[in-house]
This record gives sequence, structure tokens and C-alpha cells, in this order.
Amino acid sequence: MTMTRSVFTMLLFTFVMGIGGIADAASALYRFDNTSQAQRFQTLTEQLRCLVCQGESIADSNADLAKDLRSQVHEMILAGHSNEQIMQFMTERYGDFILYKPPFVPRTYFLWAGPLLLLLLASLVMIKYVGRARRDKQSIVLQQGERERLSRLLGESREPETDRTQT
Amino acid sequence: MKRYLLLLPLILFGAVAVMLAVGLTLNTSQVNSPLVGKPAPDFQAPSLQIPERSVRLSDLNGQVVLVNIWASWCTTCRQEHPYLMALSEQGVPIYGIDYKDERPKALAWLEQYGNAYRAIAFDAQGRVGMDWGVYGVPETYVIDRQGVIRHKHIGAITARSLREQLQPLIAELRREGES
Repeated sequence: MTMTRSVFTMLLFTFVMGIGGIADAASALYRFDNTSQAQRFQTLTEQLRCLVCQGESIADSNADLAKDLRSQVHEMILAGHSNEQIMQFMTERYGDFILYKPPFVPRTYFLWAGPLLLLLLASLVMIKYVGRARRDKQSIVLQQGERERLSRLLGESREPETDRTQT
Repeated sequence: MKRYLLLLPLILFGAVAVMLAVGLTLNTSQVNSPLVGKPAPDFQAPSLQIPERSVRLSDLNGQVVLVNIWASWCTTCRQEHPYLMALSEQGVPIYGIDYKDERPKALAWLEQYGNAYRAIAFDAQGRVGMDWGVYGVPETYVIDRQGVIRHKHIGAITARSLREQLQPLIAELRREGES
């Protein structure tokens, strides 16, 4: 047991170190004037999708295109472009699809508002059902005499039914 | 009212099913280009064959042209090449962008498979490609007489896409310019 656990820990350790190593390698390739530039590089490249391997950001991807786009971001940061200008450069060429976070434009209204609408709808349904259940509970309380009338009515309606089944 | 509410889960299920059906059958490897409908980005890059001379897109204004991104390392480019040759023989001017390639290899490729291009810009760094939003090779752009990109074809041109998309579009754009 301890044997398997230590092997597992070792594997986990290697795995985590490996990932850290790769991430370090990607940003270490680029030189920046200060740490804020390096941080901007990191955030920007994490927000841009690699169009070749679409599940990865250009910060993670090893595709040629991702490398080119990383260099482009690096160059633009050094040249003093703002984050907005860099994002605009990317979307002008590759479309909104390159952004991991879709913009709030008419085409994406439903995407952004969808969860809220569903929550609203679910709340309305819930309020309606809860309200009805409460009303039902109140109506169960019968007044004096009502109970007798009810059983009489039920008794009456039952009799003709049995008659009908017999004929 | 109650009866309609009972239908609600079914309606929601239907809506989710429709969205999934559309979403799962979308071909996400073909990303719509924001450049379609916009003026083609001009470029000036050295010619592949004559490095001292430069190729400019603005040289070909006033014609319906194709701009084809290719490279000698791209195997799918070989598949579509016969169709480009056919288009070229039909008199459609095709301009090439040789994307992230090596000169000798690209020249040998043209020697072997034939040259379908009026001119080829040599884009060693992929700079021109980036301005055109290229994310894979081959890609082919159809440009109208006003220099506006009207269509982007991603991946290899096939007999079918040639017959059903490119040729009708080229014919239409040519008529558009005449009237």
C-alpha cells in the first residue's frame, strides 16, 4: 500500500513539475523590459485561442501558428501597443472565434443571457408550483358540515357508477 | 394552463436537442473569416522566382482573381494543384502566397507539378499570411474587381467545390463587374 502510494506521489510530482517546466519554457523564450509586460504577455496569450488545435490557447499550444501569434503578441507589447490594440489586431484577422471569452454583441446575446433566462424561467415555475401547493394545503381544511356533505356526495356518485358497470 | 406546463420539459428537451444537433454538426475546423466582404489586405513581398522583384496585390486590381496560400511542405496542396492548373488554363488569374517555405524546395515543387500562378509572393515568415488570417494551408481567397474578398475556401479545392462553389462564384463576379 505504502509502496503504491509513494509511486503514485512520485508520478504526480513528475507530472506537475513537467507542466511547470513547459509553461516556463514558453515565456522564457521572450524577453521583456519589465515584469508587467511579461504578465500582460501571459494573460493575453491565455485569452487567445489557437485556431489549429482549438481546445488550446496560444500560450499552451505548440502549433506553428500559435508560435507565430505568440511572437506577434510579444512584438506588439514591446512596441507599446495596448491590450485592446493587440486583441483588435487578432480579431480583425481571425475573427471573434480567436477570443476564448466571446464579446457581448447581438449574435451572442442569447449565449450570454441564456443561463439567466433559464434561471428566471425555472424560478417562475417553482414559484407557481410552491404557491399552488400552499393553496392546496389551505383548502384541505374543511368546515363543519362540509365533511359530511363531501362523503354524501362521494357516496352518491359512487352508486350510479356501480350501477352502470352492472348493466 | 397546467397542461401547457406539463409540456414544458418536452419543449426544453426539444430546444436542447436542436441546439446540440446544430452545434455538433458544425464544422469548427472551418472558421469564418472576418475578412470576407472587406478589402483584401495589400501585401508587398519578394517574388518567389525573382527575389529582387516584389509582388503586390494592388497590381491586379480590376480583375476577378484567386489568391492561393500554399507551400511545398503542404501535402494537401498537391491534391488541389490540378484544379488550380485547370482554373489557370481557363484564364482565371491566380496569385500565390508561398507560406513559410524554403525557396529551393518551392521552386522544385513548381518544376515538378507545374506553375498555375501569375505571380508568387514568397512569405518566409508568414507575415503576409497573418494579415490574411491564414491558419492552415491551403487556403484560397476569391477577390472581386473592386479588390474585395468575396469568399474564403479553407482546405484543398476539390472537383466538387470547384464545380459548385468557385466556378459559379467567379462567373458571377465577372458578370457583376461588366454590368
